[in-house]
Amino acid sequence: MSKHHVSTTINGEPVEFLCETQQTMLDTLRDVLGLTGSKEGCASGDCGACTIILDGKIVCSCLMLGVEAEGKTITTIEGIAQGDHLHPVQQKFLEHAALQCGFCTPGFIVAAKALLDENPNPTETEARYWLAGNLCRCTGYDKIIRAVMDAAADMRGAAQ
Amino acid sequence: MPTLNYAAPSTVDEAVKLLAGASGLAKVLSGGTDLLVQMRSGRMKPDLIVDTKMIPGIIGIREEGGSFVVGAATPGAVVEAHAGMNKAWPGVVEALDLIGSTQIQGRCSLAGNLCNASPAADSVPALYAAGAIAVVVGGKGRREVPVEQIPTAPGRTSLAKDEFILEFKFPPRPPRSGDAYLRFIPRTEMDIAVVGCGISVTLNEQGVCTAARVGLGAVAPTVLLVKDAADALIGHTLDADTLGKLDAAARAACKPINDKRGTIEYRTKVAGVLARRVAAIAFDRAMGKSQGKTH
Repeated sequence: MSKHHVSTTINGEPVEFLCETQQTMLDTLRDVLGLTGSKEGCASGDCGACTIILDGKIVCSCLMLGVEAEGKTITTIEGIAQGDHLHPVQQKFLEHAALQCGFCTPGFIVAAKALLDENPNPTETEARYWLAGNLCRCTGYDKIIRAVMDAAADMRGAAQ
Repeated sequence: MPTLNYAAPSTVDEAVKLLAGASGLAKVLSGGTDLLVQMRSGRMKPDLIVDTKMIPGIIGIREEGGSFVVGAATPGAVVEAHAGMNKAWPGVVEALDLIGSTQIQGRCSLAGNLCNASPAADSVPALYAAGAIAVVVGGKGRREVPVEQIPTAPGRTSLAKDEFILEFKFPPRPPRSGDAYLRFIPRTEMDIAVVGCGISVTLNEQGVCTAARVGLGAVAPTVLLVKDAADALIGHTLDADTLGKLDAAARAACKPINDKRGTIEYRTKVAGVLARRVAAIAFDRAMGKSQGKTH
């Protein structure tokens, strides 16, 4: 079978690409489109390093076929900052040193941004459960949670 | 490498024709949270993937004559955000909510969870308890199948090659009805059930149970609908004697395996304990005492 021609929207831009059926969205982002911010950790939907936002909901891009992107709206880690202006979640990850090796960080930032879009005032428990599908083997999660809670407070302050 | 074909038909008829005409293994794709993992590991080698999500109505929730119809591929996150489903079927919603992470919730579906036919599937005991009906479409037309008749063995279903589930019909909810689901795992999130239990009840004004269904997961090759456990509830209030009989009936239904998650003895004991706890929540909800989340 010839490759699939897919028209989609990624980080606000219309994008067209060709992919094979068995290429996941993650393969497509990384190998076809050169968007290598999304990481492959487990390739089985357990680690969250490949998290993207698909039509407003976070999903593991390793558990989605590239061809399924047809007509969808996708945000990847590359679309979280506005130009040189970091998203508050990204800024707080830096301030709280919420990363060490950094491999899980894109997934955490995309998932945390989606949390705060949906729930601007999460409890720590809500934030921890929301991010339970993102694994980090370096930080022990504490700094990540502090960064997310601080970003939430910042964004609520800015919204007032 | 053999070619893997893909189609995303926009009508039921087209999807059925594709499935019927497939020369090798054809798989229906909903959220893909099981299928893609199985393909990646090499356990599943389909020749054709039929993505059903373009079919109108297969994603979404509607009310029909006082009951809910949930599209087969509706993501968990969409069901959980639906006020009507939360009010009428909190047990189904909390069971579905236990499948995987927030990311998985963005894609996982009731039909996928049911048709993957894992004995430990979280939403399935709650679906059995709810008495949900699967609307199955295929070459011979449309048929309505009680959900407990879909899984037949681990990874196997009663669906024909050219059939798939279009939607689930939930029965109308009489007054004083409640359902609940609990699973036991050795941590608090992101794990597979050692035992899962879903119970749905309807009570009269005195709090006597007039109808009940009990589903048990991870204690047999398929999820079980346990009639004896339901019968232990019907005609009774939830007193100590009734709870004891429910516990015994749940344990008696268990035919579990020994594995790393639990021994036969442990799973059997936990099934009884969970049935007691779930019944208490379902009765409370039926009496309007609690609508809150159990986890």
